[in-house]
Amino acid sequence: MSDIASRVKAIIVDKLGVDENEVVTEASFTNDLGADSLDTVELIMEFEKEFDIQIPRRPSRKHCNSRSSCIIH
Amino acid sequence: MELKRVVVTGLGALTPIGNTKDEYWDALIKGKSGAAPITYFDTEKFKTKFACELKNFVATDFIDRKEARKMDRFTQYAMVASDEAIADANLDLDAINKLRVGVIRGAGIGGLETFQNEVLNFAEGDGTPRFNPFFIPKMIADIAPGNISIKNGFMGPNYTTVSACASSANAMIDALNYIRLGQCDVIVTGGSEAAVTIAGMGGFNAMHALSTRNESPKQPQDLLMPPGDGFVLGEGAGAIILEEYEHAKARGAKIYAEVVGGGMSSDAYHMTAPHPDGIGVIAVMRNCLENAGLKPEDVDHINTHGTSTPLGDVAELKAISEVFGSHAKNININSTKSMTGHLLGAAGAIESIASILAMEHGIVPPTINHTTFDDSIDPSLNLTLNTPQKREIKVAMSNTFGFGGHNACVLFKKLD
Repeated sequence: MSDIASRVKAIIVDKLGVDENEVVTEASFTNDLGADSLDTVELIMEFEKEFDIQIPRRPSRKHCNSRSSCIIH
Repeated sequence: MELKRVVVTGLGALTPIGNTKDEYWDALIKGKSGAAPITYFDTEKFKTKFACELKNFVATDFIDRKEARKMDRFTQYAMVASDEAIADANLDLDAINKLRVGVIRGAGIGGLETFQNEVLNFAEGDGTPRFNPFFIPKMIADIAPGNISIKNGFMGPNYTTVSACASSANAMIDALNYIRLGQCDVIVTGGSEAAVTIAGMGGFNAMHALSTRNESPKQPQDLLMPPGDGFVLGEGAGAIILEEYEHAKARGAKIYAEVVGGGMSSDAYHMTAPHPDGIGVIAVMRNCLENAGLKPEDVDHINTHGTSTPLGDVAELKAISEVFGSHAKNININSTKSMTGHLLGAAGAIESIASILAMEHGIVPPTINHTTFDDSIDPSLNLTLNTPQKREIKVAMSNTFGFGGHNACVLFKKLD
């Protein structure tokens, strides 16, 4: 697993309190990992902090997963 | 319209001297002090370096880690105490009508630590607002009842009362009245607070409200100390299940006591100082007695507000002498804050629990670490000093007063 992927995964495990095995690349934050809208915002902020990047808001949440991380609209 | 009778059917306590109702009671009658040096943050530059923190409490022992992370400590405490009270009441959540179960609790401040940490985080940054999306829902004082209802499915009235240190007594009085009026069968009431934080200690220190006897944190509380000392900040939660009497009887619930009245008044005098003649305090005890349909002579025990601030304690004891006249000397008066510290918005809840348990056991917990009498206090008053006293209690009163001049008083009676 790439360094980026493992760092993303670590944040998801920490914030959503899910098992590491559940965080597969296609898992939806909301549908599979139990995130609500506030969890999703928090995740985005954590990714921004971790990678020093800006992620556009108002993502289409149905596409949110650890691969896209809500970046793809 | 005939008012319904209201009884106490469940208790839960998470306090600096005991993490359950039973541990709390055991510590109360042993005269245990909850004061110790602060462990939560570096107090080197703080005037007061001690408080009554909870001991050996780990929130994730009780609450799922993911959920606990979304709660300020005042909500975590509320969840743990209310779970204990609901279990103690033996409430069958599948059998009761949850539309008629409310949650009304007090918090003097609410999520102070959450607010403090989010603002600190912003101040350390470059001005870009990066507030956590859970900041507001974690901080707001009403979120504790909100979370209790979400967990248990209680769909009745749900809110937090805020009247500083009288908050949880106000919550109990609201709960009492809704049940009396037939609008609810059961209400989870009480209060919680978690203000032992940088902002809490710094803020209360700035007012000269806190004791600064850092050299003897084990002897922090002294009812009627000379000017210069003050209260010891505590934290934790109390939960009380109030239930309509027939509802409780029908399900065979254990009944601790009846809640027979609530009194409320305001000093209309000063933001933080009590009225020197105690006029608001006299009024609140009188209107509480009237609300309960009791006479002063009926009262056996008073758990005072008694915070160890000289102005407040003198005014309260003078007010007791005024309201109860020659009967005042027959009353077992105590301040359990001498052991727990001052739990602010949870004070009324844990002190009511102390009084209800005193009634159940026939023992009045002591006022510890008391050394100094003020000349203006009637020496015949029984302040239950240093050791617990056996006493059959039929009627107990619990007083709480808050910054802003809010006074609230609750009366409990042994069920006939």
